[in-house]
Amino acid sequence: MTDRPLVPPVASGGGFGANPSFFDLVAAARPEALPRPPATPPQEPGIPHGTTVVGLKFAEGVVFAGDRRATEGYAIADDRIEKVFPADDYSAIAIAGAAGQAGEVVKLFQLELEHYEKITGDRLSLEGKANRLAQMIRGNFALALQGLVVVPLFGGFDDRRGEGRIFYYDATGGRWEEDDFHATGSGGRPARSSLKKRWRPGISRDEAIRIAVEALIDASQEDVATGGPDPTRGIYPTVVVVTAEGAQRAVEQEVRAAYERVVAGGTGPAGSGGEGAPA
Amino acid sequence: MTFMPYVPPEQLMKDRSEFAHKGIARGKSVVGLEYADGILFIAENPSATLHKISEIYDRIAFAGVGKYSEFEDLRISGVRLADLRGYSYGREDVRAKDLANAYSQALSTIFTQQMKPYEVEILVGEVADDGGRNEIYHVLFDGTVTDEQGYVAIGGHAEALTNAVRDAYREGWDLGTAVRECVRALGAAEGRQIEPGSVEAGVLDRNRPQRRKFRRLGEDEVAAILAP
Repeated sequence: MTDRPLVPPVASGGGFGANPSFFDLVAAARPEALPRPPATPPQEPGIPHGTTVVGLKFAEGVVFAGDRRATEGYAIADDRIEKVFPADDYSAIAIAGAAGQAGEVVKLFQLELEHYEKITGDRLSLEGKANRLAQMIRGNFALALQGLVVVPLFGGFDDRRGEGRIFYYDATGGRWEEDDFHATGSGGRPARSSLKKRWRPGISRDEAIRIAVEALIDASQEDVATGGPDPTRGIYPTVVVVTAEGAQRAVEQEVRAAYERVVAGGTGPAGSGGEGAPA
Repeated sequence: MTFMPYVPPEQLMKDRSEFAHKGIARGKSVVGLEYADGILFIAENPSATLHKISEIYDRIAFAGVGKYSEFEDLRISGVRLADLRGYSYGREDVRAKDLANAYSQALSTIFTQQMKPYEVEILVGEVADDGGRNEIYHVLFDGTVTDEQGYVAIGGHAEALTNAVRDAYREGWDLGTAVRECVRALGAAEGRQIEPGSVEAGVLDRNRPQRRKFRRLGEDEVAAILAP
């Protein structure tokens, strides 16, 4: 059996009470399974990098969106990767940076939240989730120094405050709360400029998805590493919406409709666009 | 050097077994039962927060009777084992059978090697995909493990409860019928009426769209089902 023996059942991490951290459990029982810095620094540009992700608040919660491209230097490594994920039922994580590390951080973070919920019987507060993510990124700092930078956006619906919240991070685990919107990754700057022009407080869900998609299109026009929507091949950004009802991926039709509204130049509510999408 | 008086192993096992039995007999009971959509676990539990029935993994749930601190220990170990397995291999590789074996090993070691045996009995249930067979494992304080089908009762009034459930049980009950019949059986075994507010129930519902099939029935939901 590769797992730690079940007897006697002791709290991982020692000390008093059951440790609800899955990360600590893996570190103690299967340290080889955690992301670790390679012995030799990676030869850039050999590692796929995920690029641009955006997050913004709207009337009922938050919307996160990410483009689909991963790059290896000047080559496109993948045109359909996903960078935005529900973290649990009421929060989502969008992640840019070294794709392999990012995927691992997301997987560990999702399990961290689920494990906590099962061990304690309660869901972590949104504040608690945001802090935990900062600690996990800090734990990856050695990797960041080697160029495997992972910079997530995190957010969700805070049921104690009754509103959506967004946090962004830097490679050192620094954590800041954002009041309106944020974008990170290689195309983060043009995406932020785009959001700055379009975002208004209290926008609707349709409008929020539309301006998120528009920000990604703007980023793709300024940044080689960001992939724009590609209707001929059916590639659209990944969008996750978190409200009091939970975190859900937006279906492709909804994202496509938002894209078509952007292309049609409409800024009105849903249903006003949708015609004249270029092939 | 201290000298321990010789105690024949038969006597030692018998004493420990009696001790554990007595501890379990003082506590409340749990019923695990297959119904139309999966597996229902139900118990009388005056506390709304100190659960006897809990989620372990996507398709796996746990129920324990006896000493709370001891079955809570086992529950936490089970969650750790399951999450670690799922992370190391794949989510579908986490099986109730492996958990039941781990529990059996742990309890058997504790029974023979520790100062006092655990005063617990547990159930581990796994709901099958459509068409598959559900699994319910019953693990005793000494590590004895049995594979149950249909229904199983553990705890203080296990025998009376098993008889009460056996008389009523039909395959393919819907959730409402299963909850009503189980609460009636719990009441019959205890010889009194069970208040809806003190019923703890959880289901592994294969029709849940989420990956995690475990769901706790809320107090309101139970009250609505039991309302005459």
